[in-house]
Amino acid sequence: MKYEIVIGLEVHVELATESKIFCSCSSKFGAEPNDNVCPACCGMPGMLPVTNEKAIDLGITAGLLLNCHINRVTTFDKKSYYYPDLPNAYQITQWFSPVCVDGGLEIETQAGKKVIGIKQIHLEEDAGKLVHDDWTDSTLVDFNRTGVPLVEIVSQPDLRSVEEVLAYLERLRAVLRFAKVSDCRLELGSMRCDVNLSVRPYGSEKLGVRTEMKNMNSLSAIARAIEYEAARHIDAIELGTKTLIQETRRWDDISGKSFAMRNKETAEDYRYFPDPNLVPIVIDEEWIERIRASLPELPEKKAMRYVSELGLTEESTALITASRNLCDIFEAAYPISGSPRETANWLIMDCMSYLRSKQLSADDLIIDPLKLGELIRMTIEGEITRNAARRILTAVIEQDADPKKIIEEKGLSVQSDEGTILAIVERAVADNPKSVQDYRNGKTKAMQAIFGSIMKELKGNGDPQVIQRLLKEVLDREE
Amino acid sequence: MKLYITENTKRNDKTVAVDDTILVEGMPSTAGSKMLGEFKPLFDAEVISRLYNTGFSITGKSNVGEFGLDLLGETSNYGVCLNADGTLAGAAAAIVANGDAEYALSVDLNGTPRRAATLQNVCFIKPTYGTVSRHGVIPCACSAEQIGVMAKTSVKAAELLSIIAGHDKKDGTSLPQMKYDYTAADNATGIRIGIPTEYIEKAEQTVSEKVYRFADVMKADGATVEEFSLSELSFVQAAWQILLCAETCNNLSRYDGVKFGYRGNNSKDIGELYTSSRTEAFGLNAKFAILYGSYVLSKGHYESCYDKALRIRRVLRNKLDGIFSQFDLIIAPACSKLAYSPSDVVNSLEACYNESYFTALSNISGIPIVVCGGVQLMGDSFSENKLLTAATVYERTEVGK
Repeated sequence: MKYEIVIGLEVHVELATESKIFCSCSSKFGAEPNDNVCPACCGMPGMLPVTNEKAIDLGITAGLLLNCHINRVTTFDKKSYYYPDLPNAYQITQWFSPVCVDGGLEIETQAGKKVIGIKQIHLEEDAGKLVHDDWTDSTLVDFNRTGVPLVEIVSQPDLRSVEEVLAYLERLRAVLRFAKVSDCRLELGSMRCDVNLSVRPYGSEKLGVRTEMKNMNSLSAIARAIEYEAARHIDAIELGTKTLIQETRRWDDISGKSFAMRNKETAEDYRYFPDPNLVPIVIDEEWIERIRASLPELPEKKAMRYVSELGLTEESTALITASRNLCDIFEAAYPISGSPRETANWLIMDCMSYLRSKQLSADDLIIDPLKLGELIRMTIEGEITRNAARRILTAVIEQDADPKKIIEEKGLSVQSDEGTILAIVERAVADNPKSVQDYRNGKTKAMQAIFGSIMKELKGNGDPQVIQRLLKEVLDREE
Repeated sequence: MKLYITENTKRNDKTVAVDDTILVEGMPSTAGSKMLGEFKPLFDAEVISRLYNTGFSITGKSNVGEFGLDLLGETSNYGVCLNADGTLAGAAAAIVANGDAEYALSVDLNGTPRRAATLQNVCFIKPTYGTVSRHGVIPCACSAEQIGVMAKTSVKAAELLSIIAGHDKKDGTSLPQMKYDYTAADNATGIRIGIPTEYIEKAEQTVSEKVYRFADVMKADGATVEEFSLSELSFVQAAWQILLCAETCNNLSRYDGVKFGYRGNNSKDIGELYTSSRTEAFGLNAKFAILYGSYVLSKGHYESCYDKALRIRRVLRNKLDGIFSQFDLIIAPACSKLAYSPSDVVNSLEACYNESYFTALSNISGIPIVVCGGVQLMGDSFSENKLLTAATVYERTEVGK
């Protein structure tokens, strides 16, 4: 029999706020254990939650990007369960009235375009982390992550294949990263995905028994987990065993298997109720419009504009619009440089090769776009050579140096004084009789060697066109 | 007589005793519980900062029953506070009555300070919910608990209240008004007073006599007094029990033996650590609130219990609008009798529930209360000045007698 896989995803995304959602601790990743904690986020009595409005802004942003309806009144609710990484033994989440509902995200696969429904997006606080210490054979708790704001994006069960799931996740990640809602890094846990999966005979309308899988921390693990779980479901149906029950399962990527965690009977009762410390939040039109106005132009729109209005090639457009950071730098730099095309080239050639040498990615590039634009302008207008500009670029990136100052300090401006250059050309011609002879015998390439020695004499700052012209004149004159 | 859990030896002449459910940095703050043991908070409650900033000193942490959940402090881990005649005292009110501190800050979670003030014949004012910051209160029922002030007279209580009241951005339910001006009018002329008959029927005669005595003083000063029926009180009491226990259960869940406070012995795994810590450290009242609260929030009971209680709370608001369009204030007993022996509260759970009949209305709705002359005066939200007017008139008459 042919089977259809039915998948819905719950994607948790850590929001890119400076501070936590209900206290003022930093939410930055990578601090020493328990550096970012206060009495509130480690569960001490007496502190009250105060909502970080930036987290709500980002929740609304995610909702607008995914074409959701923004609820005009949204509430925070408490979800109770015991676990050592949850210091209050309750998590503040949105159960009764989430910030966004009823949206959709368009994905594209080989089969074409398709819209995946978004059931809801809700805000919540993250839990801490347990770390096992082999040295003392004990489990330690790190509360740095406790209270970091999250959105959980719940899709409809509209996905039918691994290919669609990956397309959905990649699209979601691209959009959220572009709008700076989150850095969406699966490997660091700032994006996490639970897979709800069932299978049914092809053509059937009735949904099969659903299982939820957790603990996949890469796209490839998600793909493997779906393939394994779908096969397990189909086997169970074909063999007619009753092993298929509604349950939560943990994916183990090393063994390539999923294991039962808890089923419907042993499932916890989370005893949700509205948090009396957090009054309902009213989101008015003005608030929504303010967020709408701050939404970035999305990559597709930018790409169209870059090609049709700025004259970039499709290739360089694709490379730049893959990163919000490159787009931002590009858009601020090209009005200074005067040439969108040259600016794009500098970004995707010189800047990218610098980043590659440091094993960084496009999002990591930190450069003052005004200085970059100025550097490119001076190169275009012939004030410095491209070679010199490349060396200056490194200083601009690493020390935020002012290109004009470096040029002055290091004497990098182009040498184009004809008298000076002519003297050097004449000396070079006199010093290289062999090359001169070769040139005169028709080996025009020999001119390159003489050119090189002249440029060396000028420390690479000679105006290549002037050198070229004078050299040719001298060689042709003395024939 | 165990008045204080922690006593401060350094004092000035502007003294305040503070319930042990309010955090004071550097002093153990235990809510009278074994669970919090020697817990020393890392910060002062907002009210404490405001007191320090205006030159007050803290005489110590008044003895309270476990998490403030009991009748008059009888479940304190540090021993019960009794009067000379062996009856229950209510530590904060006793401290003020015997002059050990000029004022006391007391958390009205389930009516305890109102009963204590009645028994000790001091004044207690609990303002409208949201007036005083709850930042630094060891929480049980966040939607209702409110810090109030005890003093020998209503004028003094109002003085201290005006110092601690006002917006605090650290409390999301704190009302926006920055300053409150609490002043009583000269006389009770024209004040319309109601007395709910259901309260009178439930209280002992000694208590209802106090209510009528208060009413007579008001009438003599130009007020009108009328009895009326408030038949919803039994629903209010039941709904409040649900809300109180549900929120308390949730707030007590943070005490798990992992991070601070009491940790159970000899546990093999995390499940046993939770169980032993909570079994060994929580007393009867806390355990009851946890079990009852879990039940009313659980799947299958949420709709019929918790959600229904929330609806009663909302409907009650309309009812109160009606009542307070008819009356400026209500006079009622704050408790069923004027003395409790420890044996009265052996089964403290039942006694607490019975007594909440008198106190639940203000907790569930957040309306202000002034206890004076052995009765409680209730008014609509922000009617503190009317309540203070009635209290001042009564105090003046009684002193002049």
